[in-house]
Amino acid sequence: MASLPPIDVPKGATGAGAFDAPAAGEPDPARFDYLLRLGDDSLILGQRLGEWCGHAPALEVDLSLANLALDLIGQATHLLGAAGDADRLAFHRDVLDFRNCLLVEQPNGDFGRTMARQLLFSTWQHLLYQRLSESTDQFLREIAAKAVKEVAYHRELASEWTVRLGDGTEESAQRMREGLDWCWRFIPELFEVDELLDGLITRGIAADPGSFADEYRSALGAVLADAKLETPADQRPILGGRRGHHSEHLGHLLAQMQFLPRTYPDAKW
Amino acid sequence: MSGDWPLWEVFVRAKAGLAHRHVGSVHAPDAQLALRHARDTYTRRTEGVSLWVVPSAEIVASDPDEAGPMFEPAADKIYRHPTFYDIPDEVKHI
Repeated sequence: MASLPPIDVPKGATGAGAFDAPAAGEPDPARFDYLLRLGDDSLILGQRLGEWCGHAPALEVDLSLANLALDLIGQATHLLGAAGDADRLAFHRDVLDFRNCLLVEQPNGDFGRTMARQLLFSTWQHLLYQRLSESTDQFLREIAAKAVKEVAYHRELASEWTVRLGDGTEESAQRMREGLDWCWRFIPELFEVDELLDGLITRGIAADPGSFADEYRSALGAVLADAKLETPADQRPILGGRRGHHSEHLGHLLAQMQFLPRTYPDAKW
Repeated sequence: MSGDWPLWEVFVRAKAGLAHRHVGSVHAPDAQLALRHARDTYTRRTEGVSLWVVPSAEIVASDPDEAGPMFEPAADKIYRHPTFYDIPDEVKHI
């Protein structure tokens, strides 16, 4: 199904670099793709966290996770809205056209794994948005400046739960370790710089994840030390989400998320 | 799980200059997470700028059976209300 809005590729915009930047008013396919990457990260993780609704270990935790989910879906609404029609992009796009990283589509597992995923993602997103708030792109600058406060809270909450589970009972520490082991192989993808991202970094639109890779590692190391957990050994990285190569999990998530608007396209609240 | 966690009373300051007001309670394993839970439960709609949490077990409450001797003697002491003064119109919030 052709579900993406048509894109006119501007002449001379196939390479990377400042001189290839489209003129004002011309379509900018690289920027479009970057908005999808950022927007899909938030959308898919928001949907995942929403799955906890009514199932969290305590009523208060249920609310915490729902709040994180709503923050993320709010970000996705803005980011996908800047790329096109946010609802069409969220609900009428097929799995191969999603550009989120593989980490956010991973199943919730138990609460330990959900918190491990949140720690790895929110720490990365926080460092990224701090830098994006200085982007040359006015929209990205403004959305990042607003979202960075939400994400700072997500990061702190995930860090606190990691410490409590890691430095808790034998069982909670074991579950936290297993959660981290599951998620760890998806870290390298967060720092992958492909040709498209490289061009956007050159133009000052995107933030270079390489500029905070060390800070990311040491921030995680500090939380894990507090949690009395060892930093997991690096595993064979799994890449591909940014090119639409997803795990089977994303298809199941989308089937659930997109069912209603696809089956009843005229449905209204 | 939350049944194993102690209860915390939550107080919210709606804006600078106002006192913290009791709004309810949350379960949490410790003080820091009690603050997080209070934030996520009671300030989702910009209700506050500051939060207090206090272990519910630390609240010392008056005995309902003693309510008569405790509170009823105040009922007929109208002279304790500052209603015998003329208050200038310029004075607000009294």
